[in-house]
Amino acid sequence: MKFGVVVFPGSNCDRDTYYALKDVLRQPTLFLWHKDHDLKKVDCVVLPGGFSYGDYLRAGAIARFSPLMQEVAEFAVRGGLVLGICNGFQVLTELGLLPGAMLRNKNLKFLCQFVNLRLENTDTAFTRNGTAGQVLRIPIAHFDGNYYAPPETLKDIESHNQVLLRYSTPEGELTAEANVNGSLNSIAGLINKRGNVMGMMPHPERASEDLFGSRDGRVILESLLKGF
Amino acid sequence: MKVRILVSLKESILDPQGQTVKNALLTLGYDKVRDVRQGKVFELDLEGVTEEEAKGLVPLICDRVLANPIIEEFNWQILKES
Repeated sequence: MKFGVVVFPGSNCDRDTYYALKDVLRQPTLFLWHKDHDLKKVDCVVLPGGFSYGDYLRAGAIARFSPLMQEVAEFAVRGGLVLGICNGFQVLTELGLLPGAMLRNKNLKFLCQFVNLRLENTDTAFTRNGTAGQVLRIPIAHFDGNYYAPPETLKDIESHNQVLLRYSTPEGELTAEANVNGSLNSIAGLINKRGNVMGMMPHPERASEDLFGSRDGRVILESLLKGF
Repeated sequence: MKVRILVSLKESILDPQGQTVKNALLTLGYDKVRDVRQGKVFELDLEGVTEEEAKGLVPLICDRVLANPIIEEFNWQILKES
């Protein structure tokens, strides 16, 4: 599978993501510059973590106007696979490819730590290597990851099984304490209705080898490889 | 003309920054402070735009860029006619 990692000014997980896809997963991977108009025939676009445009205005708010993002939006409409990690998730909500928005973490702190995530729906291209209820240990690193959606949107998301990951205890229980950033319904990762666009606040690329303390991120990344 | 736009979180959404500022004010003894909401201010200098045109243009800019309509609301005023 050919991956394209989008690079915005201020992206800072682009190299890590490239490493995880290219050297750990051993897949052809290239960088896509935000000013370009060409997706170079990749099978999956990855929007990496970081602080695109310095998080000016709102996290992800400016990146969505990049020329390349118009291509990514059209790619998604055609059914192309798009994975947004952390800042990439924020960009996808700003772009309207995923529902909802991100608020500042409930405790007003930048959170950089391992979290436990309960895998909810494994019937997707991004999660099919996992089992429902499985708990993944993957790190987060963000200031604005407090997921919010209006009540009717939230109901719609839940009724379509669009939540893929929730912050949980190591045993898979949903508690207020485990929900570190205050996200509604403990939402850490979401998919669109069509099933080709996923956003997640945790960083799977930072949990792709034992050396990192966990390789649980590969459940997500390797799910994408099935069929390729 | 110059317009000033105020963007803030919707009333229905918890504003932890505003809460923190409120708590600081209460700690200092300003016990008349009931609530604090924090927001952002933008000043736009618009060229060759009539008041009528601004009424169409400014909300459009706010909805598309300056505010995220899912979590934020805005209001605006004309500071200076051109």
